[in-house]
Amino acid sequence: MQLKKRSRETAEVPQAGMADIAFLLLIFFLVVTTIDVDTGIGMQLPPPPDPDQEPPPIRERNLMNILVNARGQILINEERASLHEVRQLVVDFVDNANRAQDPNLSEDPRQAIVSIKTDRQTPYEIYIDMLDEVIGAYRQLRDEASMREFGIPYRQYTARVSREDNVIRVMYPQNISLAEPDPGT
Amino acid sequence: MSKFQKKQANTKQQVPTAAMPDIIFMLLIFFMVVTVLREVELQVRVDFTRADHIEKIEQKRLVSYIYIGPEILGGGRFGDTRVQIDDALIDDIFAIRRLMYDKLMEEPRLIVSLRVDQKSEMGIVSDVQQELREAGTLRINYSTLRGDAAPM
Repeated sequence: MQLKKRSRETAEVPQAGMADIAFLLLIFFLVVTTIDVDTGIGMQLPPPPDPDQEPPPIRERNLMNILVNARGQILINEERASLHEVRQLVVDFVDNANRAQDPNLSEDPRQAIVSIKTDRQTPYEIYIDMLDEVIGAYRQLRDEASMREFGIPYRQYTARVSREDNVIRVMYPQNISLAEPDPGT
Repeated sequence: MSKFQKKQANTKQQVPTAAMPDIIFMLLIFFMVVTVLREVELQVRVDFTRADHIEKIEQKRLVSYIYIGPEILGGGRFGDTRVQIDDALIDDIFAIRRLMYDKLMEEPRLIVSLRVDQKSEMGIVSDVQQELREAGTLRINYSTLRGDAAPM
């Protein structure tokens, strides 16, 4: 009985320094962390051209040619334009069927193709500004369609439906073609 | 002696510090989870351009980066525009094809994030894009920051 009474030696790890160690680690990770979210403009490249196959015929009116030269000047269907006009021009072109119904612009938003072509010397920055405007135009159209059909902005709509059920995406597919650049001078 | 003895407040004046390690650990674990240690040493300068209509890449594991920008020569000088994939500068632009094809085989849902310096020219960017098309890595993302597009 006496043996049992003997109190066991308490085995304790000293905990006073633990906070310091934790602090040290914390500071290390604080310094190392870069909470950067990857943001950018998503695009889908076309598959490589098949030499045996002719490209599908596209009617002239369904194609919007945007040319950006090395100095950032913009030519849309052979006419000069400035960057802040681009969005409205793209909206008018793509959504022609529901707006002006101009016989020179696209037949249907689903068939409309926006082609962006640059020189080799065009600065990347200007190209991205251009692309941004075109995507902005599509987003505006999708927003309008979503408000009209469902009464909510497109962003909320996409959160509710899966990618396959997204009727607005089908209505306004983002057909942006990146043309091969000219060799330039 | 004196009648007006100062009364001591009864409450303790210490902030309890017993739970401090727990709080610190919580913060620590948070930062450990969000930390992505930098994998590559950048050898080219990449100043991002800005755009408004951008989207987030949700699945970071699918992303592979290609850096395009002027080579950093040290001493604040920059060389010609070069392409960097992972840790190496690419000398032969046609090598990208095989490199990216191998990556695509490992991860079929690969997204290629192009991190291009804003002052680069489109020539090299489209050369890289042509290579990506040949490799079959068709999902790309032009990395940009959020913000107003710079005035032309």
